Amino acid sequence: MKVNCLKQKFINLKANKPLRNDLTTYGIVILAYVIIQILGMAGMINSQLKGLLVPICVYAILAVSLNLTVGILGELSLGHAGFMCVGAFTSAFFSKCMVEVIPQAFIRFPLALLIGAASAGLFGVLIGIPVLRLKGDYLAIVTLAFGEIIKNIINTINIGRDSNGLHFSMKSAMDLGMEKDGVFLIKGAMGITGTPGDSNFTVGAVLLLITLFVVLNIVRSRDGRAIMAIRDNVIAAESVGINITKYKLLTFAISAALAGVAGVLYAHNLGSLTATPKTFGYNMSIMILVYVVLGGIGNIRGSMIAAIILYVLPEMLRGLQTYRMLIYAVVLIVMMIYNWAPKSIAWRETHSIKDLLAKAKGAIASKSKKGGN
Amino acid sequence: MKTMKKIASIALATIMVMSMMTGCGNTAADADNSAAAESSVAVDAAATFKIGGIGPITGGAAVYGQAVMNAAELAIAEINAAGGVNGVMFEMNFQDDEHDAEKSVNAYNVVKDWGAQMILGSVTSAPCIAVGQKSFEDNMFQITPSGTAVDCIQYDNAFRLCFSDPNQGAASAKYIGENALAEKVAVIYDSSNAYSSGIYESFAAEAVNYDFEIVAAEAFTEDNNTDFSVQLQKAKDAEADLVFLPIYCKEAAPLLTQADGMGYAPKFFSCDGMDGILSMEGFDAALAEGVMLLTPFAADATDDMTVAFVAAYQEKYGDIPNQFAADSYDTVYAFKAAIEKAGVTPDMSVSDICDALKAAMLEISIDGLTGNGITWTADGEPNKEPKAVIIENGAYKAM
Repeated sequence: MKVNCLKQKFINLKANKPLRNDLTTYGIVILAYVIIQILGMAGMINSQLKGLLVPICVYAILAVSLNLTVGILGELSLGHAGFMCVGAFTSAFFSKCMVEVIPQAFIRFPLALLIGAASAGLFGVLIGIPVLRLKGDYLAIVTLAFGEIIKNIINTINIGRDSNGLHFSMKSAMDLGMEKDGVFLIKGAMGITGTPGDSNFTVGAVLLLITLFVVLNIVRSRDGRAIMAIRDNVIAAESVGINITKYKLLTFAISAALAGVAGVLYAHNLGSLTATPKTFGYNMSIMILVYVVLGGIGNIRGSMIAAIILYVLPEMLRGLQTYRMLIYAVVLIVMMIYNWAPKSIAWRETHSIKDLLAKAKGAIASKSKKGGN
Repeated sequence: MKTMKKIASIALATIMVMSMMTGCGNTAADADNSAAAESSVAVDAAATFKIGGIGPITGGAAVYGQAVMNAAELAIAEINAAGGVNGVMFEMNFQDDEHDAEKSVNAYNVVKDWGAQMILGSVTSAPCIAVGQKSFEDNMFQITPSGTAVDCIQYDNAFRLCFSDPNQGAASAKYIGENALAEKVAVIYDSSNAYSSGIYESFAAEAVNYDFEIVAAEAFTEDNNTDFSVQLQKAKDAEADLVFLPIYCKEAAPLLTQADGMGYAPKFFSCDGMDGILSMEGFDAALAEGVMLLTPFAADATDDMTVAFVAAYQEKYGDIPNQFAADSYDTVYAFKAAIEKAGVTPDMSVSDICDALKAAMLEISIDGLTGNGITWTADGEPNKEPKAVIIENGAYKAM
């Protein structure tokens, strides 16, 4: 009975291609995690790679979450780094405030995660309400502007704490009027320094898995089909009774919340958190978009892998000194051509490894058949 | 047939690019191998002290990182040519951090894998704070030549060679107040930059002790740092007779040009970020005439040490060294002095070297390019006199 049941499930799995695909994606992450852990225990990974592990998870989460907006909803968003910024700063602020009250990282960090995700999601909704009335290029430009606004506002916030409680100012750190014993929690352009380092690879891998689980399940669900219907044809979707605003807002908010999670992971990995154009400006948003486009718009697993490759590549090219950014750009161009040029796609179709393997298999099979006869 | 040709040409082009890249990769690997071979040879003969350098070699702040890297190389070459430290040579591996905290930590991990025993860097403030945390965890000795933010050296394993932001701001206020340079002062600063806003804050805090008044404090951000007409107009309307500019020369150049265009000619006073304004491309150096700045180093000073340094630097790299280069040069000599004092050897563990050097730093005193008799306190701050210079006839002149 039990065996039959398992068999049934296995057959289902074989027939259910999307599910198989999703399981492969989770499998890749788990396998990579296990391999790294084993190598780590054997002392075979150097500190360079060890240091890259958490950022890899951060950028993979960002790429997967942006793919939800760009690939599944079909709207171009250039403000993703802004949501990451919100998640990073709110959670780092919380952790810095609570580090003495809740000394245990395993209680504090999940709370920080929830706060970061919730506040980024909230900003997603707030920004989504006016923005999602727009389409295409206009939406891209407005999200870009919102990302910049978030970054600039955070650069002006000063919060300090002394014996009288919390002080807040948007002007300058001196206007806080703190007592002598006061400490700065957020200090304008200096940002937050001394966030407890709660991020590690295990947390990063778990969060990446959760992100994949959320995104893939949305895609396969009824909501996901509604969202993709909106992407493919708004008028047709509306005519069958799909609530366009609701689904757009839902997708946008989830995507923002997941970016917030990446921000939390980022903030708790470094000793200093500053909202510079490099870390949270539109350069970063476009970088994430590059990951998504290279990995394949709408291809969740692809965007994860592209993020990992493109983040690790410049680090691995350090041996080339100042030429490394040039080589990185060349590799980017070559990879884009390989991935997206029609000729290259056609060539890949005629020369795919799968086909070659199948051909080889076929040849062997026919040979053995002949031999049998 | 045509499509076949096209496909073939694309394939060939790809192969060519690939082979070029692999070619590059190979040479890099070869270089690495030979470097590794060299260093292993060196270990057989006599071990070296390994300095890990971290700073921006590419991107917007590259000018600072490159100056630090070049000057450190120069100082190391000099020390090695003179027989090293107690007969032991220095060796440096300088890694790019793109002026980004995350990349800086990556660079730190790279030099750690390389076997660095002490860190020279990071060059810029926010990355330096992030690296400081990691070096503290590993207990690795660190001196930053130019990380000015207070938190750069918050742990006891880190020291700095430059003045901190609060020091610079307070020293500027003191200088303006004591020399009665002005009665009404306007400040134009970059609120999105930690260096600039840090100096402004300490300047304003110290200014209350002197009898000049801050009549306008106008901010700009990194995103709109090309047009300063609004800020200048406000300063002019407030009748400021001195404008304090705690900003970098990249922004100061258009600012001075625009002030000249408006016919507004107050005194300008600035900090070490202004250093290098005379060598800015496309900037009329005549406009900087009369600008005062607080800097520890002036490239045309006439003491023997500066003259020799500038000549050697110019010969090797073709540039006039700026203050960052001078800081970096002195930092390497600080390493040397501390090592000699502590008597550490390269075969000691990183942590032991750090503990020994930490103690030795408090006892040494070096005569460098950026000051005579520089000493350090336990919180990592240097003790040296700030120098003010004025630009006259297209050259820095001590005041």
